[in-house]
Amino acid sequence: MRKKLSTYIWEYKWYYLFAIVSLIISVSLDMLAPMLTMHIIDDVILGGKVALLPYLLGGILIVGVGRCVFQYTKEYTFDKVGSSIASDMRKNLFNHIQSLSSCFFDKTNTGELMARVKDDIDRVWNTLSYVSMLIIEVIFHTSVVLFCMYRLHASLALVPTAAMIISAFIAVRMEKYLGAIYEDISEENAILNTVAEENLAGVRTVKAFAREKFEIKKFLSHNQRYYELNLKQSKVFVRYYPYFQIITKLLPMLVLLIGGRLVIENVITLGVLGAFLEYANNIVWPMEMLGWLSNDFSAGIASNKKLTKIYEQKPVITEVENPILLDTVKGKIEFSHVSFHKEDLHEILHDITFEAAAGSTIGIMGATGAGKTSVVQLLQRLYDATDGTIYLDGVDIRQLSLKQLRSSISLVMQDVFLFSDTINENVKLGKKAYTNEAIVRKASQDAQASSFIEKMPNEYETIIGERGVGLSGGQKQRISIARAFAKQTPILIMDDSTSALDMETEHEIQKILRTLPNTTKLIIAHRISAVRHADEILVLENGTIAERGTHDTLLAKKGLYYKTYVSQYGDPTTVVQE
Amino acid sequence: MAINSYKQDEMVNDVSKIKTLSRLFSYLLAHRFSILVVLLIMAYCVAVSLINPLIIESAIDDHISVGDYRGLYKLIGIALILNGVMIVLVKARMYIMAKVCNKVLVTIRQQLYTHIQTLDFNFFDSRPTGKILARIIGDINSLKDVLSNSVKTLIPDFITICAVVGIMFVKNAYLAAAALISLPLMIVGVWFIQVRSHKCWQIYRKKSSNLNAFIHEDLSGIRIIQSFTAENETKETFYTLVHEHRQSFMDAVKYADAFGSVVDFCWGLGNVSLWFAGITILGVDKVSVGTLIAFGTYISMFWKPIMNLSSFYNQLITNISGAERIFEILDTKPEIKDSIGVGEMPEIVGTVDFQHVGFSYDENTKVLTDVSFHIRPGETIALVGPTGAGKTTIVNLISRFYDIQEGNIMIDGKDIRSVSIESLRKQMGIMTQDNFLFTGTIRENIAYGKLDATEEEIIAAAKAVHAHDFITKLPNGYDTRLEERGGGLSVGQKQLLAFARTMVSMPKILILDEATSSIDTKTELLVQEGIAALLKGRTSFVIAHRLSTIQKADRIFVIDNGGIIEEGNAEELLAKKGAYYKLYTAQQM
Repeated sequence: MRKKLSTYIWEYKWYYLFAIVSLIISVSLDMLAPMLTMHIIDDVILGGKVALLPYLLGGILIVGVGRCVFQYTKEYTFDKVGSSIASDMRKNLFNHIQSLSSCFFDKTNTGELMARVKDDIDRVWNTLSYVSMLIIEVIFHTSVVLFCMYRLHASLALVPTAAMIISAFIAVRMEKYLGAIYEDISEENAILNTVAEENLAGVRTVKAFAREKFEIKKFLSHNQRYYELNLKQSKVFVRYYPYFQIITKLLPMLVLLIGGRLVIENVITLGVLGAFLEYANNIVWPMEMLGWLSNDFSAGIASNKKLTKIYEQKPVITEVENPILLDTVKGKIEFSHVSFHKEDLHEILHDITFEAAAGSTIGIMGATGAGKTSVVQLLQRLYDATDGTIYLDGVDIRQLSLKQLRSSISLVMQDVFLFSDTINENVKLGKKAYTNEAIVRKASQDAQASSFIEKMPNEYETIIGERGVGLSGGQKQRISIARAFAKQTPILIMDDSTSALDMETEHEIQKILRTLPNTTKLIIAHRISAVRHADEILVLENGTIAERGTHDTLLAKKGLYYKTYVSQYGDPTTVVQE
Repeated sequence: MAINSYKQDEMVNDVSKIKTLSRLFSYLLAHRFSILVVLLIMAYCVAVSLINPLIIESAIDDHISVGDYRGLYKLIGIALILNGVMIVLVKARMYIMAKVCNKVLVTIRQQLYTHIQTLDFNFFDSRPTGKILARIIGDINSLKDVLSNSVKTLIPDFITICAVVGIMFVKNAYLAAAALISLPLMIVGVWFIQVRSHKCWQIYRKKSSNLNAFIHEDLSGIRIIQSFTAENETKETFYTLVHEHRQSFMDAVKYADAFGSVVDFCWGLGNVSLWFAGITILGVDKVSVGTLIAFGTYISMFWKPIMNLSSFYNQLITNISGAERIFEILDTKPEIKDSIGVGEMPEIVGTVDFQHVGFSYDENTKVLTDVSFHIRPGETIALVGPTGAGKTTIVNLISRFYDIQEGNIMIDGKDIRSVSIESLRKQMGIMTQDNFLFTGTIRENIAYGKLDATEEEIIAAAKAVHAHDFITKLPNGYDTRLEERGGGLSVGQKQLLAFARTMVSMPKILILDEATSSIDTKTELLVQEGIAALLKGRTSFVIAHRLSTIQKADRIFVIDNGGIIEEGNAEELLAKKGAYYKLYTAQQM
């Protein structure tokens, strides 16, 4: 998906052309103005041709109006092009990031990615609109002035030409040095964003431990480093900038010196020298500007490099060339000798084999870190198994369309994530186009969420905070369950998703689950009550299946499951009867 | 409390621009010496640039025209020295100015960040993280150029304009008036644009903030998005936000780009009127040619700084909305703060009293009404009840995350509002429902509970909560680096680490809000045994749904309908056959 900067620019070539034409007209008008003034003085005042005056004054007015118009079209068009390209780049980058796999997000901080999508693209934007406009203006302006100088006197014009070349050379050199620093600045900007992001996201923990001072100090060290890098940038800039100044100050003097000799030797007239000096003065500001532009330019290039780095990341989980698209997904799941480890080679799952018939319920229990969640992640292809095969309806999931695979499974995650949006939109997530009001209400009722939602001032249109702040843990879980119910998919996974619910509510949800005969259910839980009705219960230990069977057979086994039961309910012989 | 989402624009209070500006520039005052140096250097530079044309004039008139080489060399020599000094000074000026500006930015940013740390949950709960971030990073960065240009452009150009206008009026008031006739037009035009564009830039900043908020949420929730294959939906939302962002920019530049045009037009008009007045009305004979030409020169000397100033003004208007947003946060007063002259909380023994406590998050819905209880030191209290009944609220009030509207909360007989928040919270161990782990090693994360914890203390805490085993199994043990939010660990493992972090602080009062909900029962029992010894004699509050977690509590409070509806130990409550009994039997089914 990565497009080169030049490709983006090329797509807007006509706009750029229009902008450049406007620029040329406005610069030309700018150069016309002194000539009109000259005519007024020479012809009208000194020459007495008063009749010419209205025309000349009209000319000045036209120049003013013309500049007014073309200056505007120039700036507006550059702004338009710049913002259009920036928008395109942002969209592409966003799509690319969204296409990346879980292992990328495991390693990359949110704050950093935010800085890329926002700040770095802003800098490239600045380069493409404002900076490139001025660079083109400088080039055009200088060319015209140099052309005039050559027409006046070719060898004398060599002096400003040389000055120009040297300036350009210094600008390129400076860009190289500054580029490296700007890369560091962009990196530190990302870190600053990351530190602040983490602090804000973890504000409850910070406050609970009264660690505000510690956090402030942590931020200060990065803030300080950001300052130092910016200062370093200024240092480099200040080191090079005087060269531009020397050249611009020296140029008129040199012209004067050499031109003066030429006048004395009667090679050129005094008038020519005067005109030359005026041109030399006219060429000075673009050269000084070159320093600033090269500075801004290198910031944009550095940011673009950072963007390129993200594009170098490729999604690890991809579809095969011609993925299989099932007509209907029935929901039969099969794990065959599945093992899984991440980059650190620490094995998370080992030789897992089980089968869930369509419509059946599988319960998964196990100690913390036993690999329960990994089973779910593999099924959804958030990661790929390192060994063995997983089948959905008898087809290897790696052969299936990724979209179909994931959209036939609805997952209630352990770590509830809700968006700062209305409850309605949150429940609809993933199938916004097909989910109507009735489905949202039904799903919320089934998830035992409708009672508290309907007490809220705006009911389903109530906006909840990011990650559901403002809601209790149980309320968040119920919305997230409603979100999964609303999808009505053939497979439903509940990853420890009733832990924050009171027992009555949980019980109600269990009842609803039993009314879904066509949905294959994978239920991960710590509470016996959540899995006891499953067709098969798997007890994981250290990444392997340690025990399996129904509630009754497992109890009879008197193993891990039995122990869990005892610790939750006491001895089964004394249990309160259903 | 209205919650803002990424879809809605924030409300930013209207503050007069002058106020915002003077506040912004007051930061420069701290560096007045540096700025004075900068101004002196600029004075020198202006002088040299004024002398330069004179040198050229003299070179032509006095030396070149008479063929005087030596004089020419000498003159150029002087010019070289003057300009050489200037280059050195300009270098110094730029460096000083860069330093001042970056310092001011660092100061504002640190001040903002420090202030944000003092704000209460209401602030954080009511807006997406990305929007707060936008102010700390983007809005502050937007001030950089304004600050440096203010000194570079504002003062010298303003002086130049005054000087030029002064000279023009002294030379010929009539001509001066003619030349400046378009000035009022320009002022009106610029004013008009400024009013419109300022509004647009405010919107632009808001849109930018919305975009930031959405990017933040999308990336934070990327797993759920991919899992629900909602990529196309978020893409659409993102496209809409990008479009709005761009559109708001185009709306703003539609006006802002006209700044230059207005100035250009007025320049043309001023020029025409000057020549017209000079030649037609006054007549060529009345005004000397020299004066007219001089006026022509002055008029260009006059318009150049006007152009500079107007572009600076434009920049100011563009970025002042950033400053407004920063100052708005700085002006947000924390609702929960130490009152003046509070004392430190002495070492907590562990008595907790609620006296007729009433509380609501917003004015409409009351969460707690007239709640009273007395807890003796060393008691373990379990809070149970339906979700959303107010269990978390009660423990949040003990740690003073919110202030109550009615009644008193006392710890060891001291009203918690009469002691400093820091001294109170430092003695409490609060495990919230969302356990946030920071990027960094496991050791650093545990030591967050006690910054100067020794290795032994860290390991002891980890062992107590039964986390030591899995930590040592990780490739780098306690030095294993955790990614954002504890990425790489299971939710249960994260809970254990957060538990260890709380334990290392050896809290006087322990609050466990669903602290073990994601931990299996077996581990949970081990954790309970492990911490029992450490917590002997300390008051603790436990919120949980699993009966095994709460059965051992000294007292159980059943919370519902804004208050305690039942209380007693497990046996008593079962015998009562009330609300607790119902909850209990539900779990047996």
